[in-house]
Amino acid sequence: MKICIPSRGPDIQDLVDERFGRAPYFIIHDTESKMTEAHVNSAAGAMGGVGPKAAQFLLNQGVDSLVTERVGGNALEALKAGGIMVLLYEEKGSTVADAITAFLKGNLKEQ
Amino acid sequence: MTTSMKITIASGKGGTGKSMVAANLAWAISQSDRVTLVDCDVEEPNLHLFFPPDDPESTDVQVLIPAFDNSRCTLCGDCAGFCAFGALVVAKDRVLFFPEHCHSCGGCALVCPADAITEIQRPIGTVTTRDLSAHLSLVTGTLNEGEVLGVKVIQEAKRRAEKPGWMICDASPGTSCPVVETLHGSDFCLLITESTPFGLHDLELAYSVTSHLDVPVGVVINRSDGKDEEVRRFCNERGIPVLATIPFDRWIASVQGSGDLISRVDPTWKERFIALGGACRSSVGGT
Ligand code: SF4
Ligand code: SF4
Repeated sequence: MKICIPSRGPDIQDLVDERFGRAPYFIIHDTESKMTEAHVNSAAGAMGGVGPKAAQFLLNQGVDSLVTERVGGNALEALKAGGIMVLLYEEKGSTVADAITAFLKGNLKEQ
Repeated sequence: MTTSMKITIASGKGGTGKSMVAANLAWAISQSDRVTLVDCDVEEPNLHLFFPPDDPESTDVQVLIPAFDNSRCTLCGDCAGFCAFGALVVAKDRVLFFPEHCHSCGGCALVCPADAITEIQRPIGTVTTRDLSAHLSLVTGTLNEGEVLGVKVIQEAKRRAEKPGWMICDASPGTSCPVVETLHGSDFCLLITESTPFGLHDLELAYSVTSHLDVPVGVVINRSDGKDEEVRRFCNERGIPVLATIPFDRWIASVQGSGDLISRVDPTWKERFIALGGACRSSVGGT
């Protein structure tokens, strides 16, 4: 299963970014292979429509779950239509590694 | 002979009395010449409030948006990949469309390899025309709530306002795209400012836009407390004429508060606004 965490930087020790569409990086972690990849969010600085663009990126990457603090209405609609589960993670000041651990424990709520 | 002159009234920020100047100028000039006043502050049009209420006719402003034929769509993703505005997402079983992000560029329909996209009309605002007197009409553009394409409504309002005589456009406050669109085609721009340090900063911003667009400008200092040295120095250094100064005055405030126009109530102010119109015209070399 592939999970995605919006992040301030390219490393799992970087902080989680609370803005899904505007996050500079998306960290994608594969829970089976334990592989982690960082992707630059090329739409982060776009004028508008960043939520749908980010959702499209996740769909193209075959992500199964998004772990995030906030997600806008359009992005949520697109993610749901694409079958991506949105899990809320609201711990302030956490790293991507913390978010992955919280996901693996299985106690995150679905939006 | 009828004068043909397009003036935009702008200011770097809201609350400088821009609409008040636009309405007074239009009303005063219309006493002897034909004027069309255009409310281009499409997110919050307010010029009609200076005139008696009526029941005008409005027409819709439409934009083209894509419509999808699911039976033809192969979910290839090309349309969403093309759309620079994030208005499209290709999900597992269908294309999702977010109309409020769409800029009506038509590109998705062009790139679709399966001919699954056609373009259809969608209303995003209205344009209303009021004939206020034999010589004065008001064209108001209104953008529907939640819509982003204000520039389309401004274009359409200006197109409908195209008549011989004066065209006076009231721009939205600030220096963003709608202001640039309003200024497009103007012979002259009146920048409204206040005599405060903040006022000067906003004036500088607005002036940088007009000079970029090569539109000649004049300044009107509104609600002046008499301490206008900074603004005047700025204007002097750049050769910008200060064409009028409107004092901070209780009487003026109360006339405006009651929804009236100082030029309509007081012949002296009528003459001053007529003179302001004349000054705009001579600034661009008219007679
Ligand atoms: S018309 Fe242009 S902006 Fe609108 S959805 Fe298609 S590509 Fe995007
Ligand atoms: S480009 Fe055409 S065929 Fe491809 S996903 Fe979009 S609508 Fe469907």
